[in-house]
Amino acid sequence: MGEKIMQSLTNRAKQVDRKPMSFVERLYLWNILKGMFITFSHIFKKRPTINYPEKERPFSPVFRGLHVLNRDEEGRERCTACGLCALACPAEAITMEAAERKNGEEHLYREEKYAAKYEINMLRCIFCGLCEEACPKDAIYLSETPAPANFTRESFIYKKEDLLIPNPKTETDDFKKAKGLA
Amino acid sequence: MSIDWILVLEKFLLIAVVVTASLVIAMYETWGERKIAAILQDRRGPNRAGPMGLFQPLADGLKLFMKEEIIPNSSNKFLFILGPCLAMMAAMMTSAVIPFGGTIEVFGRTVALQIADVNIGVLYIFAVVSLGVYGIMIGGWASNNKFSLMAALRAASQAISYELAMGLSLIALLFMSGSLSMREIVTQQMAGGWGGLLGWNVIYQPLGFLIFLVAAFAECNRTPFDLPEAENELNFGYHQEYSSMKLGFYLFAEYINMFISSVVMATLFFGGYDMPFFDEAAHADWGNWLALIGIVALMAKVVFFIFLFMWVRWTIPRFRYDQLMNLGWKKMVPLALANMLITGAVVLWLNS
Repeated sequence: MGEKIMQSLTNRAKQVDRKPMSFVERLYLWNILKGMFITFSHIFKKRPTINYPEKERPFSPVFRGLHVLNRDEEGRERCTACGLCALACPAEAITMEAAERKNGEEHLYREEKYAAKYEINMLRCIFCGLCEEACPKDAIYLSETPAPANFTRESFIYKKEDLLIPNPKTETDDFKKAKGLA
Repeated sequence: MSIDWILVLEKFLLIAVVVTASLVIAMYETWGERKIAAILQDRRGPNRAGPMGLFQPLADGLKLFMKEEIIPNSSNKFLFILGPCLAMMAAMMTSAVIPFGGTIEVFGRTVALQIADVNIGVLYIFAVVSLGVYGIMIGGWASNNKFSLMAALRAASQAISYELAMGLSLIALLFMSGSLSMREIVTQQMAGGWGGLLGWNVIYQPLGFLIFLVAAFAECNRTPFDLPEAENELNFGYHQEYSSMKLGFYLFAEYINMFISSVVMATLFFGGYDMPFFDEAAHADWGNWLALIGIVALMAKVVFFIFLFMWVRWTIPRFRYDQLMNLGWKKMVPLALANMLITGAVVLWLNS
């Protein structure tokens, strides 16, 4: 009458050792010493912590942070309010209102149509970057700045003024700072 | 009868120095504990307040002072205040009989670096250490809180159980020294070979030292015997209702106890202020420098023991209560008794 042993599936099952403890084990001292050796060896281990304010962990090159509305080399807004970004947005975070460029505004807007109002709700945004991919005019980019915390819900709706990059012609210093060059 | 006022002044100065030193050492023990805990766990530990976080204990102390002092309505107010006072006092009193070094020459006077060289030093330490339980008991009882009371009961029974093993392990040592005076015990150890190293009691009493060490851990309520303040079982232990500096006193008393028991272990088993591989008697003309070397040697040993306390704390998990009592009564006491009998027999055999 053989004892039925369950078939092992992985051959990794380990028999639990239920032998009564030997004298050395019952003294615990040897095991305590072994444990203390393990904790002591951690003195020489490398600490994974980074001293944050002094040192910052570099961002990944594909990091997607707050949006930026770009300008061209002459400082004109690139956005033409086509609405493709809003259409691509899976979270429906982008709204805009288009307007027609008037005579004499050629130095402000690159295309004949421009965004009079452009808002992104950062509470809705999932930072997927689809708007960036959808844009035919290279107007919207995701920067390396993480979205900051705030106290009110309204403050998370970023207006066009919040999103536009500084003008490279008139606000040279701010532009360089925004590009991370200064 | 005339009073030697200079002697009184000298002793007062010594007491002030020793008390201040124990307080400062206890302060930096809290820093060391956090730093060592961090290092053993691959963390960084306090490093914001001052270089390497060295001002952290000052910030902690300030925080404790500024906190609201709460005395629960249902507590016994007198005992509630008496508890931490007693704990602190008992912790500080032990240092009175410990020789912190040899003798120094100041203004033509020979000053022994010991507050009181009483001939019952070891006995005195035991008496005062037992008093420390009252601080915890009274605090836990006066809080009028069942968790505090339970923790205080645990602390009392634990301290009483382990004091027995501690005393028995020391009796074996006293058989050899034949004296209860701490300075006498140190002097005997210093006479050994290799500049005193071969005279250290730990060589002749390894088992006694081990029992003493474990019992000291239990007496200080340190892990793995920190049942009186087991957070996950008793919220916070016997000082649950305490706040502000009264809580600070309890925590401080624990660290001072740690310091004092390290000093006692170093003195009784590791030659006290004896520098190994250095013959103090041959350099008697060095005067005050010799005393300084002694203090440095003692402090080095103390620092090692304090590190051991913290090292063990972050290695071994807490005992269960029945395991604690089993270890105390069924292992330590018989072992200490056997050690005592064997030592007694050997001493008798050698002397006959």
